[in-house]
Amino acid sequence: MANVSFTFNGESISANVPDNTLLVDFIRETLGKTGTHVGCDTSQCGACVIHINSESIKSCTMLAVMANGQDVTSIEGVSIDDEMHPMQQAFHENHGLQCGFCTPGMVMTAIELVTNNPTVSEQEIREGLEGNICRCTGYHNIVKSIQAAAKVMVEK
Amino acid sequence: MYQTKYVRATDTDDAVTKLDYEGKLLAGGMTLIPTMKQRLANPKTLIDLADCGLEGIKDLGNILKIGAMTRHVDVETSEVVAEEIPALAVLASKIGDRQVRNRGTIGGSIANNDPSACYPSAVLALDATIHTNSRDIAAHDFFVGMFETALEEDEIITAVSFPKPSTAAYSKFPNPASRYAMVGVFVAKGDTVRVAVTGAGEDGVFRHEGLETALVRSFAPEAVEAVTVSSDELISDMHAAGDFRAHLVKEMTKRAVAACS
Ligand SMILES: Cc1cc2nc3c(=O)[nH]c(=O)nc-3n(C[C@H](O)[C@H](O)[C@H](O)COP(=O)(O)OP(=O)(O)OC[C@H]3O[C@@H](n4cnc5c(N)ncnc54)[C@H](O)[C@@H]3O)c2cc1C
Ligand code: FES
Ligand code: FES
Repeated sequence: MANVSFTFNGESISANVPDNTLLVDFIRETLGKTGTHVGCDTSQCGACVIHINSESIKSCTMLAVMANGQDVTSIEGVSIDDEMHPMQQAFHENHGLQCGFCTPGMVMTAIELVTNNPTVSEQEIREGLEGNICRCTGYHNIVKSIQAAAKVMVEK
Repeated sequence: MYQTKYVRATDTDDAVTKLDYEGKLLAGGMTLIPTMKQRLANPKTLIDLADCGLEGIKDLGNILKIGAMTRHVDVETSEVVAEEIPALAVLASKIGDRQVRNRGTIGGSIANNDPSACYPSAVLALDATIHTNSRDIAAHDFFVGMFETALEEDEIITAVSFPKPSTAAYSKFPNPASRYAMVGVFVAKGDTVRVAVTGAGEDGVFRHEGLETALVRSFAPEAVEAVTVSSDELISDMHAAGDFRAHLVKEMTKRAVAACS
C-alpha cells in the first residue's frame, strides 16, 4: 500500500491505496469526485485531463502516488465561489457540448491553453486540442467556446 | 494492471540499488504506464527518477546538453533551444499532445526506442552522445533495433549532448490516429550532412546514405528527386505500405531541407 497525500481542489487529502492505483481511479473512487472521466485505455482521448500545478495531464496515465505533494485540480475545482469558470460558461453558451462526456477534459485542457496564451488563434486552439477527442460535436463549437472564453478571461 | 511497488530514488546510484531484475525505471510514464495498463509489462518495482536531479538544459558552447528527465514541453518552450537548435524545439512540439508533452521525457523516449518515436532521429542526425551513469555512448552505437538499445539492464541515461549544427530541421508525417511518426525525417548540416529517418525502418531509426550523398553534393530540395529510396526493410502495415513510406521519406526529406535556413 502507498500513502497518497496532496492538495485536491484547495484541500489537503490523504489516503492509503494500492501502489498501482491510477490517479483517475483515486479521484473517482477514493475521493468520490466523478467529473473526471475515463474514455479509453490507450492514453489518447483526454476525458481524464486534470491539472497538476496548473499544467494539464492525463490522470489515467499517472499513479495516484506520483502526485504526492502536488497541487491537483479537477473539473470540480475550477468554479469560483459557486460560479462557473468562464470556460464552463462559454461551453454552456456556445453549445460546446452535446453528450458532455469529453467536456470536463476539454475544459481543463482549454483553461491551460488560454492561460498560457491569452490571444490564442483558432489554429492554435485546434492544435491544442490534439489530446482531446470528442465524438459528438465535430469540434466547431468547442473551438468557438474557447475563443469566447479567451475574451472573457483576458478581461478578468 | 498487475500489482507493483512504487519507490522514488534519490539519485542514480540509489536507483541502481533499487532496480532488481524485475524492476523498471519510471520517467514520465507516458509509455510505461499505458503498457502496464494493457498488462504488457509487469514490473515488480517502479523506480521513479523524478527526484534524481536529471532535468535541465545547458548551453556548453558548441554543445546543448539536455538532462534525461527534461520534459518534451521544456524543450519545446526553451529559449536556449529555440536559439541554438530550433529544430529540436520543433520536434518536441510535435510529439503527441500537450498532456503527453507535460509528462514525457527525452530520456524515456530514447531508452524506449519506439520505431515511430521522434527523438531518435534527432539523436542520430545530430550525432549526439548519450550519457549514462556508467559511460558515454555514441548515437550510432546506441539504437540497436526496434525497441532495443545498447543500454544494460541497470544502466540509466543521465543526459544527451547534441553538437550544434549549422542548420537542421525535422519534418514529420504523423499517423492520423496515433500521431506518432508514420515517417519523420531529421536533416542536419554541419561538417557533413546527416539524414535520419524514423517511423519507417523495420529495425527502427536509420540514416539514409543515398540522400546524404545527394545533399552533400547539393543541399537543396531538388537534389532529393533523383535519389532512389527502396521500400526493402521498410515497415509495411495497415497504416501505410512500404512503398508509400519510401515516398514519404523523400517528401519529408525535401520539406526538411526546405525548412533549413
Ligand atoms: C497519446 C500518446 C502520443 C504519443 N505521441 C508521440 C509522438 O508523436 N512522438 C514520440 O516520439 N513519442 C510519442 N509518445 C511517447 C512519449 O514521447 C513518451 O513520453 C516517451 O516515449 C517515453 O518517455 P517517458 O518519459 O514517458 O518514459 P516512461 O514511459 O516513463 O519510460 C519508458 C521506458 O524508458 C525507460 N526509461 C525511462 N527513463 C529512463 C532513463 N533515464 N534511463 C534508462 N531508461 C529509462 C523506462 O524504464 C521504460 O522502459 C506518445 C505517447 C502517448 C501516450
Ligand atoms: S482516459 Fe483516455 S486519455 Fe485518459
Ligand atoms: S460532447 Fe459527446 S464526446 Fe464530446
